[in-house]
Formats: sequence, structure tokens, C-alpha cells
Amino acid sequence: MSQKNRIEGGQINRDVSLNFTFDGRRYSGHAGDTLASALLANGVRLMGRSFKYHRPRGPMTAGSEEPNALVQLRSGALQEPNTRATTAELFDGLSATSQNRLGTLSFDLLAVNDRLSNFLTAGFYYKTFMWPKAFWEKLYEPVIRRAAGLGSLSLEDDPDVYDKGFLHCDLLVIGAGPAGLMAALTAARSGADVILADEDFAMGGRLNSETLSVGDVSGVDWAAGTVAELAAMPNVRLMPRTTVIGAFDHGIYGAVERVGDHLAVPQAGKPRQILWRIYTKKTVLAAGAIERPIAFANNDRPGVMTASALRSYANRFGVAVDRRAVIFTNNDDGYRSAEDLHAKGIRVTVVDPRPDVSVLRDYEVLAGAQVVDTMGRLGLTFVKVRLADGSERTIECGALGVSGGWNPNVHLTCHQRGRPRWDDGLAAFVPSDLPTGMHVAGAAAGDLSTAGALAGGQRAAQDALALDGAMPPLPEAEDAPVNITPFWYVKGDGRAWLDQQNDVTVKDVRLSHQEGFRAVEHLKRYTTLGMATDQGKTANMGGLAIMAELAGKAIPEVGTTIFRPPYTPVAIGAFAGRHRGAEFHPKRLTPSHAWAEEQGAVFVEAGNWMRAQYFPRAGEENWLETVNREVLATRNSVGVCDVTTLGKVDVQGADAADFLNMIYCNGFAKLAVGKVRYGLMLREDGIALDDGTAARLAEDHFVVTTTTANALPVYRHMEFVRQCLVPDMDVQLISTTEAWAQYAVAGPNARRVLEKIVDQDISNEAFPFMACGNVTICGGLRARLFRISFSGELAYEIAVPTAYGDALMRRIMEAGAEFEITPYGTEALGVMRIEKGHATGNELNGTTTAANLGMGRMVSTKKDSIGAVLSRREGLNTEDDLRAVGVKPLDPAQRVPAGAHLMAAEGPVDAARDQGYLTSACYSPNLGHHIALAFLKDGANRMGETMRVVSPLTDEVVDVEICSPHFIDPEGERLRA
Amino acid sequence: MLELTPKPAIDTPDQTIGTVTIALTDGVALASVAARKGQLAACEKVLSARLGAVPPVGRAVDGTGETCFWTGPEQWMVSAPEDGQHVLADQWKDALGDAASVTEQSGGWVVFDVRGAGMPAMCELLCSVPVRRMETGDVQRTMIHQTGCFVICREAGRHIRILGPRASAQSLHHALITAATAVA
Repeated sequence: MSQKNRIEGGQINRDVSLNFTFDGRRYSGHAGDTLASALLANGVRLMGRSFKYHRPRGPMTAGSEEPNALVQLRSGALQEPNTRATTAELFDGLSATSQNRLGTLSFDLLAVNDRLSNFLTAGFYYKTFMWPKAFWEKLYEPVIRRAAGLGSLSLEDDPDVYDKGFLHCDLLVIGAGPAGLMAALTAARSGADVILADEDFAMGGRLNSETLSVGDVSGVDWAAGTVAELAAMPNVRLMPRTTVIGAFDHGIYGAVERVGDHLAVPQAGKPRQILWRIYTKKTVLAAGAIERPIAFANNDRPGVMTASALRSYANRFGVAVDRRAVIFTNNDDGYRSAEDLHAKGIRVTVVDPRPDVSVLRDYEVLAGAQVVDTMGRLGLTFVKVRLADGSERTIECGALGVSGGWNPNVHLTCHQRGRPRWDDGLAAFVPSDLPTGMHVAGAAAGDLSTAGALAGGQRAAQDALALDGAMPPLPEAEDAPVNITPFWYVKGDGRAWLDQQNDVTVKDVRLSHQEGFRAVEHLKRYTTLGMATDQGKTANMGGLAIMAELAGKAIPEVGTTIFRPPYTPVAIGAFAGRHRGAEFHPKRLTPSHAWAEEQGAVFVEAGNWMRAQYFPRAGEENWLETVNREVLATRNSVGVCDVTTLGKVDVQGADAADFLNMIYCNGFAKLAVGKVRYGLMLREDGIALDDGTAARLAEDHFVVTTTTANALPVYRHMEFVRQCLVPDMDVQLISTTEAWAQYAVAGPNARRVLEKIVDQDISNEAFPFMACGNVTICGGLRARLFRISFSGELAYEIAVPTAYGDALMRRIMEAGAEFEITPYGTEALGVMRIEKGHATGNELNGTTTAANLGMGRMVSTKKDSIGAVLSRREGLNTEDDLRAVGVKPLDPAQRVPAGAHLMAAEGPVDAARDQGYLTSACYSPNLGHHIALAFLKDGANRMGETMRVVSPLTDEVVDVEICSPHFIDPEGERLRA
Repeated sequence: MLELTPKPAIDTPDQTIGTVTIALTDGVALASVAARKGQLAACEKVLSARLGAVPPVGRAVDGTGETCFWTGPEQWMVSAPEDGQHVLADQWKDALGDAASVTEQSGGWVVFDVRGAGMPAMCELLCSVPVRRMETGDVQRTMIHQTGCFVICREAGRHIRILGPRASAQSLHHALITAATAVA
């Protein structure tokens, strides 16, 4: 189709033609077009269907405030719904489709909703779909969801990539219109680091849409010249296509840069968009203003738009929406639109409700008149005007520009809950309570003239950066005063649309008032005014004004709703950045990871760590078979396991022992050098925090180990205690978790294996149970050796600098070959510690005390330690307190499910009769049946009792016997061997 | 003779993407130094004697064969080329005595050197340090790909050294490559 509505002029590049499709039809436009301007140039005004009533809609604006012209861009997995055609930059090959329709855009079957509008008013759903209750989920909601809405998701993974980034500057200027450009120029010339961000792909703001002059050049040329000057300055970063979406605490702003949205094919590895976090000392908000419409019957037909949008399409894009246009305005700016259109050869009639305006113009002016209705099924064909004398006249036209005045863009001034101030002269809210460091200039501050914008921009930069001295003179520019008579809506019976994206009418606001929802926040939620993706940028003021009128209040008394980030919708992908899929979080690999992969290990995530879960061998049919083999091999000969992931904290200082005495509930002050002790940490409230060991390497030097899961919380807790609770102690902490590769070598042959590796004597006499020390291995490498055991076997943990971890694991396997040393993973580790009755995260679950764990006597009464006092609370020390016990099934063939609850052997089963719960369960290959650890009321005195284990989740009931939690070697002979 | 050979955190060659070269720098010995209670002056005296100056907040100081940077109140990190003897921490402990706690940190970190004209743009996609404002010798602790890292400016505008957690070397390297590709 030819570009039949393309007219002379504009800033498009007519030498570059771009082909695109809309709903499958091929069109062409030019470089510099938006999708909306290109469609309008091709005579396409109908671009979408409304949210609720499926009414035909076309663009209402030429900017990001657009409520109507929402389309889906691209296709397949790249499909993006709810994209504003008014900001989508045209590129060759662009593919767009309309959305929210059943059938074609021009014949939408769901337009039947429009016929039912008398029933579908505000509050309709709340009142109607309450009965019968069961129908909501299965009938009402699916039907409503199908009938109402906007675009749809592809339900495929988004193939685009997004980045997140960080920028720093002295001054962030938001908006590159005359005020923003002048602010950036003033700041940049002073040497400040400046970022100038604008949501448009062409900087210049309204200057690009006007015919006025700045100095002795056109506004467009002045903007281009200023942008060029800024671009040449090394201290300036120009960021077109960048929307500042939020003003956050401490001078931090969020901004989305659309890096690749205007490219047909995304570049490999390049982001489509970047979500920037901008750290700035000061900000100049020069976000301009938005022209607001006037509500009247059927004011939503394609072809009805703001007057300034008609002006933009004509001046910037060389598009006449129609050759015959009507301007409906209550202020003098509407005449600027009329003049510009008239100068382009478009026949114009101005309808102005003010009776006293001059009609002596080059075009027709109907003073004291109002547009009362429009006609046209899929687009505007006629407007009906009520003249000053009460008579009516119908004007044939395809474009109607409406100007109800201008609303300064105060959004970012309110993101930290600042409230704007009402300005009678503008009949609009202007910024008042600003975030720290923010200055506002130009139309955003209520200075609607170009001269005011230039002066305001210069002044804001001066104030923000405290620049002294005289400033260069500003170029001359128009300085027209604002002349407006507030006029919000035309009284009448037809449906007059306020919020065109959410289909909210003047009548809905009346209904809200009538039903008592009069507070502005109630009005918003009852009618959904301003709750669509455009946040009511063109709608809210009208709604407030009408509510004020109905309530008999002034508009500022009604107030405004809160503006919240983001300023315009942001793709979820931009918030995720690169943190998706396999890169959702970083991985931590153990020093033996490469070796474990070679062995075919199956890995499991433990926080960010990837730990070997088990090492399957050929012929093994399932994981349990593998784990059983690993456990038996370790208990019968020797096994090796990477335990690097356990947290390690280096504790040094003259008061290190006293510090640990404070941290642990059991005593550490007298621990001898060269010895390790098991330690239990309590929270302030007496509940167990974590357990581990502390090894004393010197009088003033300990190494504390934590569980893998609590490595960070424990380190944080220790730092808190050091800095805040005992600041006078001489103690220094630093994490060494990753600095040392640490392996557990366990089993009756553990010593024989390590004797081949460690250079020193490690006999039972020289290095007994719970010994520790610095040793050398393999001919001189520094290492640490600890005689500790989680498995209950004769065991050591050996640590070397991480770089040697891979080599040490291979050396251990080599040394252990004659004993058929077996690598084991976390599953076997878990089985062995349950067999031994050792607690871990399942038991240290944030609700258990030392007494629950059977360690009540460990809480020393001879010293003060964190949590000791509160652990003696009466409520934590009742007669039937939970105690750690072992559980085994009466029938050895039955399994016992973890998480199940303990109930009496007979009688009803309910929560009131709950006796305790199972925390850990496994199959013990050594015992030949399942076993479990549990907490049982008064458990220590119930050994041998028969009970039931009940798991309503898995529908299992198992008869069990209560026993000692130490299933293997209760006397501890193995680990002392 | 030592039977074991050390292994770098990841096995990767230097990569040049656009104008940025990313290199794993293996064999950097590291030791943390924290002044003991009331021993700051004594500790600083040793630092000054060995390095020529005490690294102020957010700065690194190059001594003879050693670099030291500030890591926190009364805390520093010393680095030197690893000569295979693993004695950096011991040497500093001998020099500092009871004036400071010294902890071996060589195994805890992976070191990447990022050089080239595109480095600042790449760094802006990685972390919140004000890379374009950093002068040679500036150091900042920051998060890169959710890991705690140090960024040391080795040459303003052209070369940064990143110290990251060794266990996450692979993820961190991937993040560096991704960012370099994005700005190439």
C-alpha cells in the first residue's frame, strides 16, 4: 500500500525505505518512523482493540504515554506483547500483529462485549460473580480472562539476552528536550560528568515536533547541534533509547536502554536491553509534559488523539492522519497544533469551549463550542459539535485533535512518596516534594514555553552543581504564556472515555462516587482507573477532576494516587539480566570436581556448591545400590570424600580462646594446642545455631569449621559478635573455606593410606583421636591434618592449599588402591552419619535446643556464652521435652519415611496426640534395614517402646521401635582405633 | 622433592574479545593481614617498612615484588608471585609478630587480569565500581555475578585485576567473557 497520508517535511529519511508487516499485510515506511507513524502514513488508524469492550482503537498519542496502540512485535519465541506502536522504532522486516481480538482486527467477535456495556460497568465482577462460589475458578475466571486482556505470551523461553549494568556520574539529566539539553550543556561545560538519557531514539524532545525557532535556527537544528556538541565532550554520555524508570534511594536511578530493539536481527551475544543502575550525585528531571484529553461521547475512535500528537505526526514524521482535521481545545496550545496542520495544507476547524476566544484566524474557529459525539465504525468519520447557540453541526473529518491542557511529568519526583502541588495557572499538578538531589526543569516543572525550558534547564544545572559565575546568554525562543480554562469532560449521555486502556468512563467514576468509593485510592481500585500498563498517564487527571466535581471539592483536596516505578513497562528479562537458566546463580566447584567428573560422579547442588552425590559404577542399577556399596566399602576398608565445602573460619588473636568460649556453649578456653573439639553454637534465644569443630593450631590461633549450609551465616554471626558484642577482645576473623582443599579419609584402613602420604608419624599414639596439627605431605607440601570423624570410623580430614587439591585426591586414590579405597558422596556421608547418630541441618532446624539434641549437658554453667541463659528458660526445659532418639521398623523390610510423625502404638491419630517427628531416615546397609533419627517427647526415657510412624503425605503407617540414635559403634571404639 | 603439582583454578587460555583481553593469572600468593587490638601503629610500621607506605582506604601500594591493598578497617591483603615455597604468609607473620594476625589466602582466590580499551565498558556490565573514575592503584570490593570480588585498577582506563572466589572461577570467567562479548 502506498503511503497515502505522507506529506512534505519531517525528520524521516526518505532515502531509506523500510518494509514491515502488520497483521500479515505488507507496508513501507522510512527510517525515523515509529510503527504508529508508518501505519498512519499508510492510512491505517485501527491498531488495536480495547481491554474490556474490544472497541476499535488507534493511537491517541505519539509517545510513551500511549494507552491504545498496543501491538505484539516479532513472532515465535521473540514475540513481545503490549508494545506501544508509538515508540516502536521502525526497522526493515519488522513484523507486528494486533492483539486482544477474536477474529480479525476489523471484525472482532468479542466486540459483543461492547453491546453488553450496560452490565459491564465498574464493580461488575465484584457484584456478579459471587454465586455460586464454585463457579468462579472453573467458569467465570477462565471466561473473563479469555474475554478481557491485552497481548499474550509465547510461553516459550525468551531467546533474547539482557544485561544489567552500573554507571556513575555527577549529574543525571532525564529528558533531552530543550530543558534537558540546556541542563546537560551547562553541566558539561563546567567539567562535570554528565549522563543525558532520553526514551526517544532521537534526542530533542518536543523540539523535534515543533516548527518554532531557537535563536536563529529551527528548534530541530538547535537540538541536533547541541546533541553534537555534547557528543564531542568526553565527560558526557548520551543515552538515547533509554527510559529512566525509577528514582530510588541514595541517588540511584534505574534506566532501561533499548540497545537492540530497533534491529531486525539481534547481534549474537549482544544484549537486547540493558537495565542500568545509575549512581548520581545530582539529577535534573526534564521529562517534559503530557497533553491530556477531554472526555466526550465516543472520544475513543481511531483518529481521535491528542492535538500535540497530530502535530508530532505532521511536523516530525511527515504524516497527515487525515486531510481534514478538527481541534478541540480549551487552551491556546491547541491553536499551535491547528496552525501547524493548517500550514501543512490540512483543512482545520478549531472547537473551543471558551466563548471569548478570537475567531480571526486563517482557519475556522468555533468559539463556545464543544465536541459532543463522534461517528465512524472502525475509525473517525464525523464529529458532532454543539455550537455556542446550542445548535449542532456535524463535521466530516478523519482526525480529531484534543487538548485539555498539559500535565507536567511529575512521576519520578513522586517515587519516594513525594506529593505534587496543584498549580491553578496551569490547571495541573507540578513537582513539589523532591527526592534528595533532584532538580526539575522545563515543562516537567511547569515551564511550558521553550524560553522557560531553556532558562529552567540552565538554572537547574547551575543549582544542582552549585556553579558560580555568569552563564552564557540563552538563545531567544518563544515564550508564550499558558492560557487555559479548565474543561474536563462534555456533559452528555454517551460513554465518554477517561482511561482508554482499561475502558473506564466518566460514568464509572460517577458510579464509584455513588457507591461510596470516593477516596482517590478507592476510585482507582474500584474502577481500575490508571491501573493499566500506561498507569493512566492520559487518564488520571480527568478522573480526579470529575471525582472532585462530584464531591464538591477542589482537585488538590481529592489528591493523587501514588506514582510508582517503573515509569513505563519493563520486560521481565531485563530484571533478570544474565541470571537465568544455568547462569541463574554462580556455581562453586570443589577442588576435586574435575577428578569426580572423570569418575562419573552424579552431582547435587548444596547452596552454590556442586557436591558429588554418589559415584555410580557399571552394573549398578540404581543410586541406592551405589550408596550401599560406598558405605560398606568405607566401613570395611577405607573411603574418601571431599569436605571442602564445610565452612572454615580462621580465628586469631590473644583473646581467640575467650572469643570461642563466648561463641560456643561448651568450653574452649582450656583446649590444648594440637587438639580439636566438637562445638555447639546457640542463638541468643537458646536455640541451636550450628555445630562444628574448632582446632587449636596455636595458643592464639584456631580454625573453626561449620556446616556447609551455615558457612556464611556462622561467619556473619561471628563477625557480629566480634564487632558489636565483644569489641574489646583481641580477635581477628577471616574465612578460609576456599583456601584449603579438605578431604575426609575414613575407615579402618584410613591410617594406612595416609601414612603413605603424610611425612610425619600419625600413629594412634602420636596422633590420637581429636588431634590436629600442621604437617607436610608428599615430600614437603604444607598441609593440615585433623583426626575427626563424621562417619564414626577411624577417620582423618586432611587439608592442603586449594591448588593442590586435585593432585592430592589423585594421590590418595593411588595410595589407597591396595585397600580398594572408595570415593563416596554426600548420600553415603548422610547414611553413615545417621548410623552414627550425628546431627546435621535436619536436626539443627532452627527449632531445636541443645537439650533436644541430647547435648543439654554441653551447655556449660561455668561460663557465659551466647544463648546459655535463655536455653535454661522454663519453656525449653519441660518434662516431656523432645529428645533425639533412633527409630527402627519392627518389620525390617519396611521403610520409615523422613518427616513422618510419631504416634502411640494404638489409638486415634491426630495432631493433638503427636509425640514427635522423624528428621532423617535412610537404609542402613550395615544393619540391613531402614533407620531414622527422630525427636520424641521424653524420648530418653522411652527406649524400647513400640510406636507408630505416620506419614499422611505418603499415606504410610509403620510400626517402629524407639532406640538409641547411635546405631553403629555407640561406644566410639572405631574412631579411637 | 614434592610429588604434587598445583593446578590453576580453571584451565583456560588468554582470550581477546574485541579490544579486551581476559587472562587468568595463576601463581599469585596471597596473605591477609589484620592488626591486633591496639597494635595498629606497630602493624603500619612494618607495612610501611616493607612496602614504602601503608595502603590507605581503597588503595593499593606496590612494594618491591609485593603489592598490598586495603580490605577493611585495619586489614590488608598482600600479594606476590608464588615461588612454589608458599612462604608469603610465614614471612609476613615473622615480620609482624604479635602486631597482626596473618592468614594464608593463596588458595582462596582466582585472579583475572582484564586489559584493553573496552575494559571500562565491560566492567560497567559486571559490577558497580566507578571504573572510569578509578585511578591506578584504586581498589574496591564489589559483587560480580553474585560473588564477592576485589577490583584493583592496575592502569587507569585500561587494566583491572579481579580477585574472585576460586571455587566460582568458572562462573566468574563465564561472566567476564559474556560481558566482553556484549561490548565488543
